[in-house]
Amino acid sequence: MGLGRKDLLTIRDLSAENIRLILDTAESMKEVASRDIKKVPALRGKTLINLFYEPSTRTRTSFEIAGKWLSADVINVAAFASAVAKGESLKDTGLTLQAMRPDIVVVRHPAAGAADLLAKQLAASVINAGDGAHEHPTQALLDLFTIREKKGRLEGLKAAIVGDIAHSRVARSNIYAMEKVGMEVRVAGPATMLPRFIDRLGVAVYTDLERAIADVDVIMMLRLQLERQQAGLFPSLREYSRLFGLTVERLKAARSDALIMHPGPINRGVEIAPEVADGPYSLILNQVENGVAVRMALLYLLVGAAQAG
Amino acid sequence: MRILIAGGRVIDPTSGLDEVLDLLIEDGRIVRIGRGLAAAKVQAAKRGRSEKGAKSGSSDVAVDRVMDATGLVVCPGLIDMHVHLRQPGREDKETIATGTLAAARGGFTAVCCMPNTDPVNDTRSVTEFIRDTAKREGVVQVYPVGAISKGLKGEELAEIGELFEAGCVAISDDGRPVMDAELMRRAMEYASMFDLPVIAHCEELRLSGSGVVHEGVVATELGMRGIPSVSEAAMVARDLLLAELTGARLHIAHVSAAESVRLIRDAKSRGVRVSCEASPHHFTLTEEAARGFNTRAKMNPPLRAESDRQALIEGLRDGTIDAIATDHAPHTVQEKEQEFDLAPFGVVGLETALALTLTTLVAPGLLSLNQAIARLTSEPARVLKLPKGRIVEGGDADLTIFDLNREWRVNASEFASKSRNTPFDGWQLKGQAVATLVGGKVVWEA
Amino acid sequence: MGTDLNEKAQILDQVGIQRAVTRIAHEIVERNKGIDGLVLIGLRSRGVDLARRIARDLNIIGGVEVPVGALDATLYRDDLGKVGPQPVVRKTEIPFSINEKRVILVDDVLYTGRTIRAALDSLIDLGRPRLIQLAVLVDRGHREVPIRADYVGKNVPTSRQEQVQVLLAEEDGVDKVVVVNA
Repeated sequence: MGLGRKDLLTIRDLSAENIRLILDTAESMKEVASRDIKKVPALRGKTLINLFYEPSTRTRTSFEIAGKWLSADVINVAAFASAVAKGESLKDTGLTLQAMRPDIVVVRHPAAGAADLLAKQLAASVINAGDGAHEHPTQALLDLFTIREKKGRLEGLKAAIVGDIAHSRVARSNIYAMEKVGMEVRVAGPATMLPRFIDRLGVAVYTDLERAIADVDVIMMLRLQLERQQAGLFPSLREYSRLFGLTVERLKAARSDALIMHPGPINRGVEIAPEVADGPYSLILNQVENGVAVRMALLYLLVGAAQAG
Repeated sequence: MRILIAGGRVIDPTSGLDEVLDLLIEDGRIVRIGRGLAAAKVQAAKRGRSEKGAKSGSSDVAVDRVMDATGLVVCPGLIDMHVHLRQPGREDKETIATGTLAAARGGFTAVCCMPNTDPVNDTRSVTEFIRDTAKREGVVQVYPVGAISKGLKGEELAEIGELFEAGCVAISDDGRPVMDAELMRRAMEYASMFDLPVIAHCEELRLSGSGVVHEGVVATELGMRGIPSVSEAAMVARDLLLAELTGARLHIAHVSAAESVRLIRDAKSRGVRVSCEASPHHFTLTEEAARGFNTRAKMNPPLRAESDRQALIEGLRDGTIDAIATDHAPHTVQEKEQEFDLAPFGVVGLETALALTLTTLVAPGLLSLNQAIARLTSEPARVLKLPKGRIVEGGDADLTIFDLNREWRVNASEFASKSRNTPFDGWQLKGQAVATLVGGKVVWEA
Repeated sequence: MGTDLNEKAQILDQVGIQRAVTRIAHEIVERNKGIDGLVLIGLRSRGVDLARRIARDLNIIGGVEVPVGALDATLYRDDLGKVGPQPVVRKTEIPFSINEKRVILVDDVLYTGRTIRAALDSLIDLGRPRLIQLAVLVDRGHREVPIRADYVGKNVPTSRQEQVQVLLAEEDGVDKVVVVNA
């Protein structure tokens, strides 16, 4: 049983069995959130370090709460503001941390492969909380959990991921995760934001939003990443939202019970209209809530393996 | 100093020679090529010892050393026309001394060093520094390549006439492309006054963007930014047309994309004076080598798709690609042990080039041994108009003796180079240099 | 599951289990002087089935439906993160308040007592019961912590090389308690 590995760096490392185990465990963890005393001693005495090289409220807080509810000691290192800014290499940061013997290091970094680099160096379990445009595995897991919670199953469902696919680690992880559990995946966005060879990942490719969302069970909108944007991939926010923004009007092309998801933070009025984001089928807040439960499940499942391995 | 190399399979691509012969070397030149020289020498030695004071002709004088080359190949000294020796400026990565030792270990007797040093080789004083250092500390011949533009900035022409007089054999801004087409045109016109080839690093920087690997399947799967083939090919197309216009001699460095090979083949058929080179890592590996974020497989231009690799091999076979050159680019361990995005581009290649050529191309019959040797000797010599790359009586005794069949395992920690950044560490290869002679002197042997 | 070659002895058969459960139900009523304020909380997973059976008997005796909850104490175990992959966590489902209630904790086998210790810690975090009593179908001895059961179906002395398996129709298709080689 267990995940049989020290780290979680990519969704591709997990089998469908592993994913199921994480989701089932997350259900049990979710119950803890409903208690008066939101604490269980499962990770008592363990140290978790959040090593974030990019600012983040959502993910970092989610991991922090997950660790604390499991009674772990949680340390937040805002690497983008500290020694690293003085030029300390990732490798040296890793060695420094190793000397403090953490049990789990959660890392978010702008370079693809950064989590892999750290995992090779550290005896601790390393969890990839986002490395460049590569992967964000815990996001995909909580997305699957949210879908399964609402629909009761995953296999056979159809999902459409819309937005800047080329630069999106959320898209990549979700594509891999959804395919692993037997979902059908479509991607849609401006041609300039669809990477070449994306079809080799087994997805259907669209540049027309309404065609992409027709008949799907889940619509996942991606944030238009203004900060990571290379200039010149689209002419203006206005044109982007006109063509790819999910409005109530556009939604009519989809099934009436299609679930709306977004990894956040949302650009209201750009990729998603406020009425849709706040509408009855929107699972955006559920995703946030489930993020804690899924991360608790992951922390719980990884800890034993780190010592045994 | 007289050396006899006996019983080796002597291959000289230019003359088509491929025979078991003996070579007699004296005062840095090849004085005799023939059969049975070894026996005659042994006889003469015996006679010389037994008949004190007996008169002997020059062909009967004993030699200082006999090298037994039975079962080995003897070919003209290998020439690597694309090497970064890093001195002056980055002696932590490599020096002329260590780089040329690495060359000798790999069977090379001559290297061309690129101008992207610090300071840049854009003036006579830097060229002379390189040549003087090479004379004092170099193990093999060093031919400097001068800059096209001052400081490699791509803005103004460097003093190419002065560089030519100081001893540069070509000009290049390698490391960087000349983005300004007008400047490249003028550089070609100017260089042709001295019959200097212009070595072009072809890359459209804006198409490359902040890419770090080939824009292909691996980049898409791993979320890494890609450098599309068209970034190289578009610039190749531009430079071919400029060469056609100016009549200059153009040499395209490190060709990596099928589209580039296609364009060069077409230009050659129309009579454009273009030559080009490909590196062992490009004809051996593909983008797959970068999986796992392996920075030892990160270089520019990047390793591309299998179809590109096949196109390079086809180009080497039909002569579209004239030379094999390593683009030996040393980097320190610290620099390569970083996030993939941050690690510098480049891999070393001097100590594995011959073996990779033999293992990847000759052994499976893709290239004949003769062709392969030509790509490493007579062809680079021809492009650079150097009096090298030949085995001929009266010619320089720059020779490589290698064992076609010796199997060995690449161990980067044993490299003579200061740097270890190779994607081939641990590989089993077949074929290895056993002795390297420069100017009739054995500068390295196994 | 079912009969296998490792089975050394059968301790209880279907009738035996039924009698034990009924007796425990009567003892609970007697000790607590009635059914008022009683709740049954079974430990996952066979403890839950037993708790439901006890509730049914209590209903027959006193005509009152006693609430039944399911507790998973895995997250309170003292051997987490120590060796090998983590044990599977199942859901705790206690859809009622335990404050001021008389909680009857129900488990199938009482052995070292560590599971019950974890369950007690878990219960304390969930509320403040008036009192907690423990009912087990089998007590096999070898306690490692000072825990004792208030209600025991059968005492079965065992050696450490043995294992006591409780099979219940709800999960295993048959009712019996056997001793097997570990």
